Amino acid sequence: MAQVDVPDVPEMAGAPAPLLQVRGLTAEFTSRGQQVPAVNGIDFEVRAGESVGFVGESGSGKSVTARCVMRLEPEGSSISVGGSVRFDGRELLTLSEPAMRDVRGKRIAMVFQDPMTSLNPVLTVGAQVDDMLRRHTSLSRAAARRRTVELLDLVGIHEPGRRADDYPHQFSGGMRQRVLIAIAVSCEPDLLIADEPTTALDVTVQAQILRLLVRLREELGMALMLITHDFGVIAGMVDRVYVMYHGDIVESGPVQDILTSPRDAYTRSLIDAVPRLTATGRGR
Amino acid sequence: MSAPARPAGGTEVRTPGPDAAPSEPLLRVRDLRVTFPPRRGHPAITAVDGVSFDIWPGSTLGLVGESGSGKTTTGRAVLQLQPVQAGSVSLLGKELTGMAGRRLREMRRHMQFVLQNPYSSLHPRMTVERILAEPLQVHHTVPAHQVGARVEELLTLVGLDPAVRRRYPHEFSGGQRQRIVIARALAVDPDFVVCDEPVSALDVRIQAQIVDLLMSLQQRLGVSYLFIAHDLAVVRQIADRVAVMFSGQIVELGAAADVYSAPAHPYTRMLLAAVPVPDPVEQRRRLAAVPEVPDFRGRPPDDPCVFGTDHASAGDAAWHEIGPGHGVSCRFWPPGVEPDGTL
Amino acid sequence: MSDPSTIAEPTAVAPAAPGVPRRRRRGSGGRGLVITGAVMLVVMLLVVALGPLIAPYPAAQTSPESLAGPSAAHWLGTDSIGRDVLSRMIIGGRSTLLITVVAVALALLAGLVLGLLAGYLGGVVDQVIMRVLDVLFAFPAFLLAIAVVAALGPTIPNLILTIAVVYTPRLARVVRGPVLSVKRWDHVEAARSVGVGEFTLVRRHVLPMVISPILVETSLTLSRTIFTVTALSFLGLGPPPPDPNWGGELSSSRQFMELAPMNVIAPAAAIVFATLTFIVLANGLREMLDVTGRR
Repeated sequence: MAQVDVPDVPEMAGAPAPLLQVRGLTAEFTSRGQQVPAVNGIDFEVRAGESVGFVGESGSGKSVTARCVMRLEPEGSSISVGGSVRFDGRELLTLSEPAMRDVRGKRIAMVFQDPMTSLNPVLTVGAQVDDMLRRHTSLSRAAARRRTVELLDLVGIHEPGRRADDYPHQFSGGMRQRVLIAIAVSCEPDLLIADEPTTALDVTVQAQILRLLVRLREELGMALMLITHDFGVIAGMVDRVYVMYHGDIVESGPVQDILTSPRDAYTRSLIDAVPRLTATGRGR
Repeated sequence: MSAPARPAGGTEVRTPGPDAAPSEPLLRVRDLRVTFPPRRGHPAITAVDGVSFDIWPGSTLGLVGESGSGKTTTGRAVLQLQPVQAGSVSLLGKELTGMAGRRLREMRRHMQFVLQNPYSSLHPRMTVERILAEPLQVHHTVPAHQVGARVEELLTLVGLDPAVRRRYPHEFSGGQRQRIVIARALAVDPDFVVCDEPVSALDVRIQAQIVDLLMSLQQRLGVSYLFIAHDLAVVRQIADRVAVMFSGQIVELGAAADVYSAPAHPYTRMLLAAVPVPDPVEQRRRLAAVPEVPDFRGRPPDDPCVFGTDHASAGDAAWHEIGPGHGVSCRFWPPGVEPDGTL
Repeated sequence: MSDPSTIAEPTAVAPAAPGVPRRRRRGSGGRGLVITGAVMLVVMLLVVALGPLIAPYPAAQTSPESLAGPSAAHWLGTDSIGRDVLSRMIIGGRSTLLITVVAVALALLAGLVLGLLAGYLGGVVDQVIMRVLDVLFAFPAFLLAIAVVAALGPTIPNLILTIAVVYTPRLARVVRGPVLSVKRWDHVEAARSVGVGEFTLVRRHVLPMVISPILVETSLTLSRTIFTVTALSFLGLGPPPPDPNWGGELSSSRQFMELAPMNVIAPAAAIVFATLTFIVLANGLREMLDVTGRR
């Protein structure tokens, strides 16, 4: 069956512009004098309050895409980014760095994969949440401290007042991820980007973190851009999915459609490969 | 331990049939205990606390658990790569604990190891040929002039072109490297292979290929696996029997079909309920119902066993058979949870 | 067995394996230095090895022209009793370099053995070896050398032995460090599980991964040793006359510095050249092998 281009969202007359609108995004790494493409001119959008997933294997470009939206150049390599990333009507790719810094954290926030390395080991957890608040709001020191404790409580950390003075190494992996989420939502961003937020965690902790994200989305009305390789994670968290392969979006659509009747051969091969809890015809 | 749900033939039978009579277990582990000594600031840790299981020829035991459960340490202890404080590991009827030097090295011919990280488990400066030839040379399983032919045979066995044997590991992708690791493990025709998270570092399609490869190799060669993983869905594909570990102990052990469809221990049930499934309706339901993690260590030690047995005076282990070949520990039940209750 | 998918496996650029020394792309800086140092070394070794064949005069041959400046007959002039300075430099290099190279080779051997034992076996063996070496290490190398040579007598074998002993602790330490971490690497454990014997494990699986820092440290040690040997000879603790040697020449020419400056400049230049050779090599190797590039 021929590949049909299904529009991501039904076009409605008078519908508000998407919160995040990306057109023709390209990203190339320069490595040993050669240009290595990572993202090949992709289009996607995220509407206000919507939850969108990006799935793909390693090297698909999904993480690079997220970092481009935030304009976080991956360390080490030189990367050139092209295309258009419009957030709330503003073009981000041409924004000055100081202006971009105002956007990061306050309007768009990001949660990364590895809670071990994303937190500064020599600062208390409370100080790191505090830093974020003071950067973007005009809260007084006392008010920021109160807000910090509130936030730690919001993400499910017991005894938040006491724990705010603890250091990252005194927390478990799941707790650290909660702290990172607290930092990310501290200024109530419009868009939260989560890059493999639960991959490094045990499965039971993963379930709790995912549920936390669901709850926070409901309470704060944030949009969510979730990047993962795990179709199970995607299934419970997002409304729409973009499937990436080698820098291209090969398929997109509502999550139910993608999972039950994928049209693209690559998507199908991915979904077929996902091991199920019930035995498949493969053997046992 | 109890009889296997899927008996397999003896070690000399190459294709174990499901109807073959149960024979001696290939590997017998009893009351294995591994303790790490105290280090600055940390007390001693008992990573493996009295673990027992059997593995039959030609079959796979899946060992699942979260981080800190002791599953990796168990695998390494079985292979005698980790000193063991107590307990017994007997392979082909011979006791491995306490074996040393040449005798142990000779036994290694029968038990091999597939590690998790395909990027670091191959010597970066050795060609594939040398890597695969090394076990052959150590154990003299083929005469020197036939080593090359055997290397080619092994590469073909794992689905790689024999022409690649002159290449170095860094020239291969993760999945291909893992195939080389598997080829090395099978080089000397072992009876038993410990696979420690062999596919966790791989993308999902390659995972599926490697799991398929391992299973087909088991069919062809009759090798047994101890398959250690945290991914319950992957284990379901390959394991005949499954042991669930928590805090250094096995809390449930039985045929994979039984443990997955009718989990008896609250920890097993929690694990299975937490696995994300690629079905939006079901997954959303799961996420809506995620409870707090119960305190598995919360039951006071002098609390009576949830099955009503007085183990202290009977002098037996904290273990209960709840079905043919399916057992569960009465330890680590959260307070207030009984065998018939759900979490 | 299932067919590999017709869609290609995504080829992520293979990351440097955690724990494997990352061979950095050959920066021209590193390679250039190594080539320069190697050339210098070859030149020096050739000159010294061919010594008596290319020296214009026998080292001990005196002549009536004493303290002469550079001329066609004597390219670097003559010393106080008319001996040709150039010849004395060429031949004098022999004992200096001989002592240096042999001493460092011995120190390297001892350092390798001790470092491997300490790092690989760990535990009590490690503690004992390192504490003994620490005692030696605590002394400033040069003072220790002076003390030992003064006590034992300044013969060439004594000098070689002293210097070897003085520099062994540092080399042992440089070996031990990487061994401690490499022995835990996955491919070592995998080889052990295959049944490879401990000795072969060390030789084939551990040692090749620690070669880089050893090479760098050995070059540095060679440069330090040149200094130590020439300084000892300068103080009169070197090989006794009549063998010429650079440090001794430097010392005895000082008094004639104003009359015949070349007598002082020549040995000084030779010493600097030799030391520089090894330093350049060491820095080049360090750049090229990117010794610090591993996790």
